Amino acid sequence: MTIVGKSNASAGFVRNRWLLTGVLSIYFIYTFLPLVYVITASTKTNPDLFTSFGLWFSSDFHLWQNLHDLFTIQNSIFLQWLWNTFYYALVSGAGSAVFATLAGYAFAKYDFFGKKFLFALVLGAVMIPQTALVIPIFLMLSKVGLLNTPFAVILPSLVFPPGVFLMRAYVDEAVSNEIIDAGRVDGAGEFHIFSSLAFRLLMPGVTTVFILAFVASWNNYFLPLVVLNSSEHFPVTVGLAQWYASAVSGSGGSLLFTVVMAGALVSILPVIVAFLIMQRFWQGGLGAGGVKA
Amino acid sequence: MADIAAGSVAVAARRPRRRVWISKRIAPYVFLLPFVLLFIAFLIIPLIYAFDLSVYKSALIGGTRFVWFDNYKRAFADPNFWGGVVLLIKFGLMQMPIMLALALLFALILDSGTVYAKSFFRVSFFIPYAVPAVIATLLWGYMYGPAYGPFAQLATAVGLPKPDFFTDSTILPSIANIAVWEYMGYNMIIYYAALQAIPTDLEEASLMDGASAFTYALRIKLPMIIPTVIVTIIFSIIGTLQLFSEPYLLINLARNVINSHFTPNLYAYTLAFTGQQYNYSAAISFVLGGVVAVISYVFMLAANRGVNR
Repeated sequence: MTIVGKSNASAGFVRNRWLLTGVLSIYFIYTFLPLVYVITASTKTNPDLFTSFGLWFSSDFHLWQNLHDLFTIQNSIFLQWLWNTFYYALVSGAGSAVFATLAGYAFAKYDFFGKKFLFALVLGAVMIPQTALVIPIFLMLSKVGLLNTPFAVILPSLVFPPGVFLMRAYVDEAVSNEIIDAGRVDGAGEFHIFSSLAFRLLMPGVTTVFILAFVASWNNYFLPLVVLNSSEHFPVTVGLAQWYASAVSGSGGSLLFTVVMAGALVSILPVIVAFLIMQRFWQGGLGAGGVKA
Repeated sequence: MADIAAGSVAVAARRPRRRVWISKRIAPYVFLLPFVLLFIAFLIIPLIYAFDLSVYKSALIGGTRFVWFDNYKRAFADPNFWGGVVLLIKFGLMQMPIMLALALLFALILDSGTVYAKSFFRVSFFIPYAVPAVIATLLWGYMYGPAYGPFAQLATAVGLPKPDFFTDSTILPSIANIAVWEYMGYNMIIYYAALQAIPTDLEEASLMDGASAFTYALRIKLPMIIPTVIVTIIFSIIGTLQLFSEPYLLINLARNVINSHFTPNLYAYTLAFTGQQYNYSAAISFVLGGVVAVISYVFMLAANRGVNR
């Protein structure tokens, strides 16, 4: 499409092009305001945060001290939170991707009893309000003694229904029936066909589901808030929110607004970098989901 | 059939060269098994359990007893619950059109190619989606602050009164802004991908000069992605009615305007975890699920009518 544009460099076109670029630039500034703020706020002392302009640096560059505080206060609990977040997201992401791929493959390539009903059930799951699930999950986990353990966050996150529709659509596109039939003619079992023929073709789809489930777990707040109560198991979202509440109420003692901001900065940077590196995957994946849904 | 699969796993373990062999007939069940087990354990059973909870009532005196649909009757007459639903409808009518209109506009602009630095904008607009809702709320909460927030600082610098983001009339726009910031790019990417999937041969034939590219996008391409737009609206409706994290965190800053039943999810959470009223809370969650289903269904009917007309 850019080729079309370049070959038609009329004056009107160039004017429109600048106009539309301007419109996008305004939204760009809006998008980056909070991100600029988190960077500048992380570099300030707590008094400077209140006295210097929010969107620019103050004279006293205090970033290293804030980071030092962030990683040392309360026995370096922040490091533990970061690790927990990463660990929960990694296990949930990988598990959801594998289970969703297997299920999506079954939906796409086989006819079996109850297929339509089961798929409708999985689709309908999207409508269920979080509290309707999280409260009974909390009570069930407490009965089996899994409350306040990593399992309490990871196990429910392994169910990722959007991954199933995405993989069903992806299998339809990426694995032809001819390949499967060729495998059957050669005498390969169904699992062998899946693991050595189909799975390789499905890798981009699997990666997309992994990323989406990883991000969903990374961003999750409600489930860990309810099922965890000791701070050594918290993910960053729950931990930082708690610090923030105590900074606002002034009950945190040494907890400073600037340290909370440094924590926010540290916890969003890795995800943003990962998004930039892996953009090919999520863009393709969201596209497939959007078109097929 | 699990036995057969287990048997072949055992065989495969003994003789590493032989693969796990499952027949075509049982294969779909084996592939579905792990997902379905988890789906039952963490979706179906909790739902049944929640429903079971919702038809009981526990009191200090008399213990737990079966009360049929008393909790539902109470929920249907509970002004705290319906107040939250009405508030979210107001919120959705404010936030969704802005977010989705911007997403569509930007997707059309990017797709028509009449803009510089196309992929730069596409990627940067999506970045907020990588920021957890909790952190996004933290960031905007700071930005809204009366002392350290840049808006208040700018207003003071030019001699205007400080804007208050946490009054009865400003709290909804303040939260709506956070939601637009977070999810506009996500919707934009979905629209963009749908636009890109439209075959280009039509376009190459009809494009006379570049300036008409955007008009073309608006007149020809936009109608073709209406089904995608409808899907995103339904997802936004579902997400909006479950609003929790943003108001829950902003309570710290806006105690006077955000109460414990500000949104239905916040209400259900408060009932369960500060009031220990699990039974009533479960009933509230089910009624909310019903409200979500009804609103989504009504919207879908209306949309189908509009499309078919």
